[in-house]
Amino acid sequence: MGAQKKSATARVSEDQEELARNPLQAILLADSFATTFRPITLERPKVLLPLVNIPMIDYTLAWLESAGVEEVFVFCCAHSKQVIDYLESSRWSSQPNFSVTTIESHNSISAGDALRLIYERNVIHGDFVLISGDTVSNMSLTQVLQEHKERRKKDANAIMTMVVKKSKPSPITQQSRLGTDELFMAINPVTKQLLCYEDKAEHSKGFISLDKTLIADNPSIILHNDKQDCYIDVCSQEVLSLFTDNFDYQHLRRHFVKGLLVDDIMGYKIFTHEIHSSYAARIDNFRSYDTISKDIIQRWTYPFVPDILCGSSAIKVERQGTYRASDVTLSRSAHIGSFTFIGQGTKIGNDTKISHSVVGEGCTIGSNVTIEGSYIWNNVTIEDGCQLRHAIVCDGVIMKSGAVLQPGVILSFKVVVGQQFVVPAYSKVSLLQQPTQQDSDEELEYADNTSGTGELRYKLNGDIAADLSETAYELGTGGVGYIWSVFEGAQDEEWKHSVAPIPKDKLVKLMLDKDEDEEQLTQDGNVLSASGELKADSDDNGSEDDDNADSRDDYGFFEKEVEATFLRAVHENVKVDHAVLEVNALRLSYNMASVDCAGAIFYSMMKLAVESPHHSASELHRNAADIITKWVKLLKSFLHDIDEEIEVILKFEEMCLESAKEFAALFPQVLHLLYDKEILQEDAILRWADEKEGADESDKVFLKSSEKFVQWLKEAEEEDEDD
Amino acid sequence: MPDTQALVNDFISKLKKRKIEGSQATAKQTAELLRSVISQTRVPYTNQAAALIQSVKAVGERLIAANPVELAVGNVVRRVLHIIREEDLSLTTAAMAGLNLSAVSDDEDDADRDNQPVLSAAAIAAASRSTLRPPSLQTLLEDVPDSAAIPHTSSSGGDSEGKSKSADKSSRSRKLKHDVIEAVNELIQDISTCHEQIAEQAVEHIHQNEVILTLGSSRTVLEFLCAAKEKKRSFRVFVSEGAPRYQGHLLAKELVTRGLQTTLITDSAVFAMISRVNMVIVGAHAVMANGGVIAPVGVNMVALAAQKHAVPFVVLAGSHKLCPLYPHHPEVLLNELRSPSELLDFGEFSDCLDFGSGIGAPLLHVVNPTFDYVQPKLVSLFITDTGGHNPSYIGEMYRLFVVSARGEGMNFKSEIMRTNCIAEGNFFGKLEDRKSRFL
Repeated sequence: MGAQKKSATARVSEDQEELARNPLQAILLADSFATTFRPITLERPKVLLPLVNIPMIDYTLAWLESAGVEEVFVFCCAHSKQVIDYLESSRWSSQPNFSVTTIESHNSISAGDALRLIYERNVIHGDFVLISGDTVSNMSLTQVLQEHKERRKKDANAIMTMVVKKSKPSPITQQSRLGTDELFMAINPVTKQLLCYEDKAEHSKGFISLDKTLIADNPSIILHNDKQDCYIDVCSQEVLSLFTDNFDYQHLRRHFVKGLLVDDIMGYKIFTHEIHSSYAARIDNFRSYDTISKDIIQRWTYPFVPDILCGSSAIKVERQGTYRASDVTLSRSAHIGSFTFIGQGTKIGNDTKISHSVVGEGCTIGSNVTIEGSYIWNNVTIEDGCQLRHAIVCDGVIMKSGAVLQPGVILSFKVVVGQQFVVPAYSKVSLLQQPTQQDSDEELEYADNTSGTGELRYKLNGDIAADLSETAYELGTGGVGYIWSVFEGAQDEEWKHSVAPIPKDKLVKLMLDKDEDEEQLTQDGNVLSASGELKADSDDNGSEDDDNADSRDDYGFFEKEVEATFLRAVHENVKVDHAVLEVNALRLSYNMASVDCAGAIFYSMMKLAVESPHHSASELHRNAADIITKWVKLLKSFLHDIDEEIEVILKFEEMCLESAKEFAALFPQVLHLLYDKEILQEDAILRWADEKEGADESDKVFLKSSEKFVQWLKEAEEEDEDD
Repeated sequence: MPDTQALVNDFISKLKKRKIEGSQATAKQTAELLRSVISQTRVPYTNQAAALIQSVKAVGERLIAANPVELAVGNVVRRVLHIIREEDLSLTTAAMAGLNLSAVSDDEDDADRDNQPVLSAAAIAAASRSTLRPPSLQTLLEDVPDSAAIPHTSSSGGDSEGKSKSADKSSRSRKLKHDVIEAVNELIQDISTCHEQIAEQAVEHIHQNEVILTLGSSRTVLEFLCAAKEKKRSFRVFVSEGAPRYQGHLLAKELVTRGLQTTLITDSAVFAMISRVNMVIVGAHAVMANGGVIAPVGVNMVALAAQKHAVPFVVLAGSHKLCPLYPHHPEVLLNELRSPSELLDFGEFSDCLDFGSGIGAPLLHVVNPTFDYVQPKLVSLFITDTGGHNPSYIGEMYRLFVVSARGEGMNFKSEIMRTNCIAEGNFFGKLEDRKSRFL
């Protein structure tokens, strides 16, 4: 470790000299590695989605250029061809003193993979700016770069500076503005070092725990919940090699930042830089898309506003923040409200009302249409009498007369909404069918972006007739498109990330939750504010408790997760292989052995059998038999040796005693079933019987009830031997 | 050519990103850029002037489109185009004079004769005379009758030239380009010395023990005040801070280092202080053809206060700020809305800009315009590098001093305006066209 450190410092000193002649570089990740923008991102990469009529990536590149970055490496993964084609045809390919190089990959599934690939290419030679292609900013980099370099001179371990922004004196702002979870950061107010980063603080708990060494090492710590992470990082070269060294780093924040903060062996440090007057924000979900669009229209991002960025296409700002292109055909009686953008070549009919919306290029909007807070992209046709509230409508959509979009609707490319059809709130409509299997991990945008899309497209072309009849059913007469169903569990989360404002009742609920939290926090605060020593003590206690609780609860959590996975697999008809993969992933993340997996899976199977309706013991037996038959492969993939099989029996025994007493009577039958299905080998059953032989009387209940079966097995064995 | 292209692109991107502050710097850089464009343009044997005009126009249109709010760019482009035409004209005149002396050689082209009656030679001579003479109202009147004939000359002048002797041709083409570059150099010189030329007049306007009020910061004003100070005038200056950018603070600092007695006031205190002021002196962003002024936000308020108390309101503007356009939509077209963050801190107000709750639309609107429009009747005097002028005279002044007027000036102006209009948008363009037809 020491040697490694030394080499690191040596490299740093070289870097310091190199910095003088190296141009400032930036890595732009043109892939969010998330699925928040589905179904739109199935057809177009997120960075090319129009934000106030200009692709998101243009805002990012324009900012990088004006901030003095000279070399940008654009990492494209999902829909890489589209991104590369766009960049080649855009003005970015021919800028003096600003080179844009694309790096293409087809198998990266996370930011970590991307950075590892870039490290292999060996193109980064010094400090660089790490940003994703969906970030809008107008901040100046000079100061943060200077701070970063000065820190580097003093301390070679200060490898990253993170840009943060103050945002939210109101308790719910973070949720309702950008749709992100509450973020807690502990920052040393003097050195600005980041000490703790918790983006999913458990609201139910109402507290976060700090390592006591933090308090011991730092004279003062400020715990912020009013900071917004801008996702703009100034990094040193080591960051890339760190990613390569730790290939389990996937997510920039969840794994990398937290990993560095926890890891005190290497001693790497992360610092923060707060911006005040300038703007920076990242589009993470539909809500932040809405908010940032409005910020742009309100000119917080000046000079990166449509009328300046578009340049020659002559968009003018009129009174009350209305942006209008030069050749808009506008009926005399149409009413364009404040903070609205109307793109080139758009026609708007009589008595149409538009407010707080963005309408792209070449759209045709009929008469008596109401559009409120919506984002309408290019070449959309909206016939007479339609109503749109807080919706996103992608390119080429046709809305037949009288169609209504309720708040939060997303219409993906080329969807047709039938006459008088009302699209229910928060629904997502696409020409592509919803992928049947939903990855529990949200980092897999890529997976369905290449193969998935291709397949689906093929399907679409293959049976258009069937497709049409089906979709007509879904979107009214003449409608084309599938309404995506909302996944289980996500149903009540949907409103959080949609473009529509949060409904009143939810808002009230949020406030109430917050109030409770705050009460708890203040209680905790009382304890903490006593004195420095007390602080450390109380924290110490807390963390110890946590440790104990952790080890106790871990298996419980794991079991629940496995059960949830299994249930989803059952309900959504997931293939056995995939279920195995998912359980395996869970096993790794909870650090469990395959024995635990087998136990947990068996437990969930039996629980399902008990929970499904039955009237008699025989029906229950049949249920259990059905389930076991169906998922035998899943269970077997975790039964590698005899110990695991015994664990299954023990688990079953435990269940019969505790949670599922109904099985008690069926114990021998089920045991036999398991034997029949070759889940349990006879050795396992016999060894279990042997083990139980010496146990208490009370423990022998099941052994006795299955005595016959065991006896039979023994005999069979002997017969075998005889043969 | 490619490296001029790069220069042009670079400048355009700078303009777009609003990286160049101040109209003087913009004007100077525009002129320098156009000079290199001219020097790089390959001039054909025929029609050199047209080729030059074309290339300058092409670049000019793009420059104007890059930042339509910065009128100085358009002004300089117009000036350069004018210079090319003028130089071309004077060369043709010289050539014609030569031809006349040699008793009209038979090489004279027929087509050319059709276009140009013999009378026009005299007209050209008159015109060229007028360029040599300092222009006066009388010459202007004298020349008006000829105006009809001149446009032909300017358009076909190159043709006639091209068809004359080849020996002449090369030397003349080189001469044209050379002359034009010389003249553009002069223009650049003019732009860079306009502060001094304006400042020279300071003593005539600032008197002993006067109180001068200004708003925001303008380099022209700073030089003007300092010039008066150097001439041993003792006077006091009130500086209004010029929210939200507070450039008045910088001006106050600068004035104090130069030893002037300075008082800093808030913008809202202007009305309270104006009764003690003897003269208001402000800088301008642009001066329109009707004498209206585009100036930093807040100046209109100062002008109204000055009018109320009958205090002279003086505007300092270099000739590159004189613009032949009319402010049809002053508050919309010729303004720029900057970021609200200059007014308030985003972090503190982020709860007011929360679109997730309530009706989904912001209740807080922050408007941060950069410029004010001051009506011509509120301005007492313009001081430019050519002297002091009344606002009602400013349109004439543009023609007399900037595009030294001959009858041609009219037609020329409408043409350039059309150039400008391509960038300004069709609506405005049509209006302008209609306007120029009446002129």
